[in-house]
Amino acid sequence: MRVNFTVNGRPQEADDVWEGESLLYVLRERLGLPGSKNACEQGECGSCTVRLDGEPVCSCLVAAGQVEGREVVTVEGLADYAKQRAEAGCATGACGTSLQNAQGWQAKGTDSHTGEGAELSPIQQAFIDAGAVQCGFCTPGLLVAADEMLERNPNPSDADIREALSGNLCRCTGYEKIMDAVRLAAARQGEAV
Amino acid sequence: MDFLRPASWEEALAAKAEHPTAVPIAGGTDVMVEINFDHRRPEYLMDLNRVGDLSEWEVGEESVRLGASVPYTKIMENLRAELPGLALASHTVASPQIRNRGGVGGNLGTASPAGDAHPALLAAGAEVEVESVRGSRRIPIDEFYTGVKRNALAADELIRSVHVKKADGPQQFSKVGTRNAMVIAVCAFGFALHPETRTVRTGIGSAAPTPIRAKAAEEFLNAALEEGGFWDNGKIVTPSVAKQFADLCSAACNPIDDVRGTASYRRHAVGVMARRTLTWTWESYRGTRRTTEGAA
Ligand SMILES: Cc1cc2nc3c(=O)[nH]c(=O)nc-3n(C[C@H](O)[C@H](O)[C@H](O)COP(=O)(O)OP(=O)(O)OC[C@H]3O[C@@H](n4cnc5c(N)ncnc54)[C@H](O)[C@@H]3O)c2cc1C
Ligand code: FES
Ligand code: FES
Repeated sequence: MRVNFTVNGRPQEADDVWEGESLLYVLRERLGLPGSKNACEQGECGSCTVRLDGEPVCSCLVAAGQVEGREVVTVEGLADYAKQRAEAGCATGACGTSLQNAQGWQAKGTDSHTGEGAELSPIQQAFIDAGAVQCGFCTPGLLVAADEMLERNPNPSDADIREALSGNLCRCTGYEKIMDAVRLAAARQGEAV
Repeated sequence: MDFLRPASWEEALAAKAEHPTAVPIAGGTDVMVEINFDHRRPEYLMDLNRVGDLSEWEVGEESVRLGASVPYTKIMENLRAELPGLALASHTVASPQIRNRGGVGGNLGTASPAGDAHPALLAAGAEVEVESVRGSRRIPIDEFYTGVKRNALAADELIRSVHVKKADGPQQFSKVGTRNAMVIAVCAFGFALHPETRTVRTGIGSAAPTPIRAKAAEEFLNAALEEGGFWDNGKIVTPSVAKQFADLCSAACNPIDDVRGTASYRRHAVGVMARRTLTWTWESYRGTRRTTEGAA
């Protein structure tokens, strides 16, 4: 079957989609957006987290056919999404990242190690600055979930952060640096206002 | 496999009548796991996301009509006052991502003894509104669970909504698991005080082939509260009464040993949760009594 939906603000069409296929599979294998990770395919790890009509969901548990006509934001579109939200209040993401840009996305910067100078969203930059990325497999899901929380709750308590990220597993960091990163992003967001 | 996309409730009922083997998919948090792991290859998958009314709720005089697909997140955000037990139970389901998709209709569809909505619905009192092209009926929650992962739905029926009685007193939900998030209950307990009728109701999860009420325990406590004049005098429930209630709740269980826990642990834990939820709700009832008396 064919599925038409919006990804990172741009209309997309996926063809030859199997009826039982997940949104995660369509994003990774049909649209060339491998940012959302596949680690469990059963909703346990959160590494496939995307926003569906604004809400964080596990894309491995959404049937592709269910997203017909709906809006999806993936980690590849996060930097633009956050930028537009900051500039124009375009929180719907309707302003868009082209598929080419999203596919070609990389955290390039003048300093490839720290990512300094790269076009990152505040939450992505905070993850780098706080050293919250080790193997990085959990990172895309955490970024999407954390960014959504900061949008709703600019001044989160530690308990709020833990709650918002309770559906995302990390096997490497022990979570402390991830907590630091989200606190840092929240503090910077507060300063910017 | 075929993907059916009914755009309205009528279309959904017609599609289910035409293809009784069609598997409805709402939040997909049970269905997609089965498909991803090749445990299920339905001939037809029927998306319910397009049926808008299923995601709505209505607060009436006596009860809340909760659309089958209302996600747990919305229950927590909007219905905490009317359905405190269900809101607490919703909060313990999985993770924010899962709670944004999954809902009570899917929990009832799966009818797992470990489903967290069930103890809350049993304790509050509820009816499941189901419909087919043949007509509509309301199934009392006590009659809905018919076996391990079995429910009273006919092949052509869909769940439209759940009518849950609005709380007329304090309600609690308690769940045992290895951590706070992302945990399927080892066992769970829902408890509601109904001061208007001077009764209590219980719901036990994961400690019998289906979710159940501890009816003997309820009857015992109803009689003990009445006899002691507790509803009027607002005294602390005597420890011996609480203990007897807890023991009867344990006795109502018919658990098994499995990877999550042993039968004897489950029986014990249900007793502990019964005593605690009774204490919490009764304390809160006494508190509100004092405030209303003070105001009068
Ligand atoms: C990682 C993870 C953790 C989980 N943790 C918990 C937990 O802590 N507690 C808990 O209770 N559950 C848990 N679950 C299970 C699941 O999230 C719940 O059972 C949820 O309520 C299912 O709702 P859904 O809308 O996603 O159902 P779906 O997967 O869409 O459907 C579930 C079943 O119900 C049927 N169905 C759905 N809607 C209807 C309808 N309107 N009429 C008739 N049949 C219908 C479907 O055909 C299917 O058989 C977890 C699942 C995952 C993946
Ligand atoms: S891959 Fe979707 S939650 Fe793990
Ligand atoms: S950084 Fe490796 S899983 Fe989180």
